[in-house]
Amino acid sequence: MVDRAWVASRKGLIELRRRAGGWAVERTSFVGDPVSMVLPPDASGRMFAALNLGHFGVKLQASDDAGASWREVTAPAFGLQPDGAPGPAWKVVMVWALERQGDALYAGTLPGALFKSTDAAQSWQLDDVLWNQPGRPTWGGGGYDTPGIHSISPLGDDTMLVGVSSAGAWITRDAGATWDQTAHGMRAEYMPPEQAYDPDVQDPHAIARCAAQPDVLWCQHHNGIFRSTNGGARWDELHAPLSSFGFAVAAHPGDPQTAWFVPAVKDQCRVPVDRALAVNRTRDGGSTFDTLRAGLPQQDCYDLVYRHGLAVADDGVTLMMGSTTGGVWASGDAGDHWTALPARLPPVYAVRFG
Amino acid sequence: MPHVAFTSQLQRFTETPDVHTAAATLRDALDAAFDVNPRLRHYVLDEPGHLRQHVVVYISGRRVVDRMALTDALAPDDKVYVLQALTGG
Repeated sequence: MVDRAWVASRKGLIELRRRAGGWAVERTSFVGDPVSMVLPPDASGRMFAALNLGHFGVKLQASDDAGASWREVTAPAFGLQPDGAPGPAWKVVMVWALERQGDALYAGTLPGALFKSTDAAQSWQLDDVLWNQPGRPTWGGGGYDTPGIHSISPLGDDTMLVGVSSAGAWITRDAGATWDQTAHGMRAEYMPPEQAYDPDVQDPHAIARCAAQPDVLWCQHHNGIFRSTNGGARWDELHAPLSSFGFAVAAHPGDPQTAWFVPAVKDQCRVPVDRALAVNRTRDGGSTFDTLRAGLPQQDCYDLVYRHGLAVADDGVTLMMGSTTGGVWASGDAGDHWTALPARLPPVYAVRFG
Repeated sequence: MPHVAFTSQLQRFTETPDVHTAAATLRDALDAAFDVNPRLRHYVLDEPGHLRQHVVVYISGRRVVDRMALTDALAPDDKVYVLQALTGG
């Protein structure tokens, strides 16, 4: 049974446990500090939490006992910016994504850089090939002043896809020796018409892969929902009920036809449609969607589920989502029914099982 | 000689030594503290070595002028306070 989840929030890292009575808060670490991302424990109990201290910068913490105790490790950082180097300042302002692949750790940051550590965050190496893409200095921001990498999807031993707000999706098939833009098919309605399909200007809010069939990718984009069945080579636009605007997507780990989204009105009005919280689920690859509401607030609701705020567990039926106003809901039946966590939490940045 | 002290808010994260140093500039004075606790550097300075946006430093009541190169001069009896700025929240 899936019995542990982690909530990275504006004011701490909150561990949740599922017991007989349902999900409840088990422990909170870093009380008062913004936790921008968490990487749940591996089999040994090692986990990581990225802090974004308002005054003192980006920090990375590691635990070897699944969050019982923590120690500071090295946070990703740039070297000195060469004189006259174009683009945003070479300063990490937030760790937006943390993933592991084998023994390696990966961090996606604002500004849009990918870092790799092979020594459990004692040191980090900037992915120079991606950082030195000729167009990178012109990448746009998405919700922040600088571009950022928010999604890191290992697709195979040497293949990895990253999502960039706002510079599309990039893929390497040779362990980082080369990177190619792979957002073809995405559509940006916020751009001049002639640039709407330019992959370099796309704003994927989040990209998730089907673990069992990683060539199947889902993207919640700034103005739509897109799916790829060929590892990002081509994206097809889908149309969901209520709204195709939102931030979060969760991909079923075993069924490439199933994914979940949390719609909001539109970019100019980031609240649930009719102020009633709902989840859109497709089970047929995006041809049709079920709109799920049972157990979710249906009036006077302003909860927005941010890009990392929705998660599905390995069992494919346990879901959890957390909102920017501190609501957390869990489902044990693939989203058909939801139960609110009996706690009022800080604004939620990320929810993860493990 | 100049005395360097750090906000107690930092003690929650890392050791903050009180340092008496013969440094003639702010950068040299901060380096003396970072020699005691190297991890402290990245709480106070960013990657290029500038004062973090929401860190503020006073030298005997004067707000530091050069936040990038940290060339503000120190007199032998100066007291340097490294604080969190209210701009950060």
